[in-house]
Amino acid sequence: MTMPYYVAPEQVMKDRAEYAQKGIARGRALVGTTYAMGVLIVAENPSSTLHKISEIYDRVAFAGVGRYNEFDQLRVAGVRHADTKGYAYSREDVDARSLANVYAQYLGQVFTHEMKPLEVEILVAELDPVGAAHQLFHIAYDGTVADEQRFTVLGGEADAITHRMAAKFRPGWSLGEAVVACVASLSGPTRTLRADDLELAVLEHGPWRRAFRRVPDDEVTELLARGEPPEVTAARPPRAKGERAPGPVDRSGDDTGDLPGDDA
Amino acid sequence: MSLPLFPSGSDPGPSFVELLRRTRAAGAQVSPGAASEIVGAAGRQPAGFAATLIPGVAHGTTVVALRYDNGVVVAGDRRATEGNMIAHRSIEKVFPADRHSAVAISGAAGSAIEMVRLFQTQLEHYEKVEGTCLSLEGKANQLGQMVSANLQMAMQGLVVIPLFAGFDLRLKKGRIFTYDVTGGRFEETDFHATGSGGRDAKNTVKLSFRDRLGRDEAVEIAVAALYEAADEDTATGGPDPLRGIYPVVATVDAEGYRRLEDTEVAEYFLKVLERRRERGEGGAP
Repeated sequence: MTMPYYVAPEQVMKDRAEYAQKGIARGRALVGTTYAMGVLIVAENPSSTLHKISEIYDRVAFAGVGRYNEFDQLRVAGVRHADTKGYAYSREDVDARSLANVYAQYLGQVFTHEMKPLEVEILVAELDPVGAAHQLFHIAYDGTVADEQRFTVLGGEADAITHRMAAKFRPGWSLGEAVVACVASLSGPTRTLRADDLELAVLEHGPWRRAFRRVPDDEVTELLARGEPPEVTAARPPRAKGERAPGPVDRSGDDTGDLPGDDA
Repeated sequence: MSLPLFPSGSDPGPSFVELLRRTRAAGAQVSPGAASEIVGAAGRQPAGFAATLIPGVAHGTTVVALRYDNGVVVAGDRRATEGNMIAHRSIEKVFPADRHSAVAISGAAGSAIEMVRLFQTQLEHYEKVEGTCLSLEGKANQLGQMVSANLQMAMQGLVVIPLFAGFDLRLKKGRIFTYDVTGGRFEETDFHATGSGGRDAKNTVKLSFRDRLGRDEAVEIAVAALYEAADEDTATGGPDPLRGIYPVVATVDAEGYRRLEDTEVAEYFLKVLERRRERGEGGAP
């Protein structure tokens, strides 16, 4: 015979939150920040094939930390949402805010109604095509949305990393400066991270319709070497050439914006 | 709109067409207009097929593609006709399908452009979901499936013939694919042209084509082909210097899709006219 028992809703929520937080804290962190040419996302990710950062749409990028299968499912759903919307209406009608809301709805729903909350935190970033009002939406496991225009940190040790980032952040900084600061914030004082421990991508201003670009390892090495003070650079020489095959510049997309129906 | 999530058994995978079908069945996702267009997205037309089956439907005409030593040229005139009327002077019939391929259309302009839009979305969707691009062969097959899915529309007169060309990153060469109404996909070795002026365009290319053409020569041949087609076929538009309307000419090579500026195309036309004049065409002065 089973006895019905009562658990206070506060306790249920607290347990779920704790469970999700634990799962997320186990994973490596990720930083998203705005810079002079757009948005930069830096993730600690030793895998070169299982991405944490991906393209959602022309000006929208996605990044996730926590359980890979869970945030990848969210990523694919985001691509589907954006492509369906862009096809039904117009490409320019696809924006990060509405996608962030949809994600928040779903995460909130799962958090309150399902047995197990999703152990993920996600970032939806959007490039402002004309100005510098780029947006970073940080969505937590329980569906809480925060929007940021400077930087945001997701994943384990987020507080410490946020603290380090806050000390370094400068509005309108260059890509090199931003990369060095993000990597230093992620690694902390006791570790060093090199290009192959990292995954970097940008949403950048350019003549291309699709603003998303993965920053290949050799470019990351160069940015890190160039952006550092000379004595540190000397202490840590850049990776030898050919030690690791640099990925091709993933400049995907047709780059022309030449779409039927877009003409007057 | 809610998040489009599917149980693992009915996941549409990387296919956008399949996704539309599923979300449409579930309700809400796509506007009714867009959804119905999936069904009517493509049809296509045998070359020279009368463009007058349904009055009031704009028809696009001649498009041509040819291979050169490290890529392909795709070009199309700018005219759309409704019967014997010119419906539009400046529509475009050549589009980038993705970074390394182009699609050109002739036939019922409305369905054709809608088909291109769906095809572009399909390729990009696949790329984003899977994280890699489809092979050129895969893209060509996808287009074939879209065409065959719309055979019914073609039977009712809304025929569209796409011409697909791209740079095969694996084989390192340009390739051209043509289609028939049933979705049959045929690879052309060197060149092809479709639409009402397709025969004239194709013959012009045929007379000048040789293996290992340079990009510059290939563009000139494509422009000459459109010029000849416009000369013989009323539904094909020639260059229009007064309004500054020139055919769309694009090349696809390892670097990707690149559309030539109108001023560049205008220069090629001048060159073609110059050659004709040298040969004594156009009558004695």
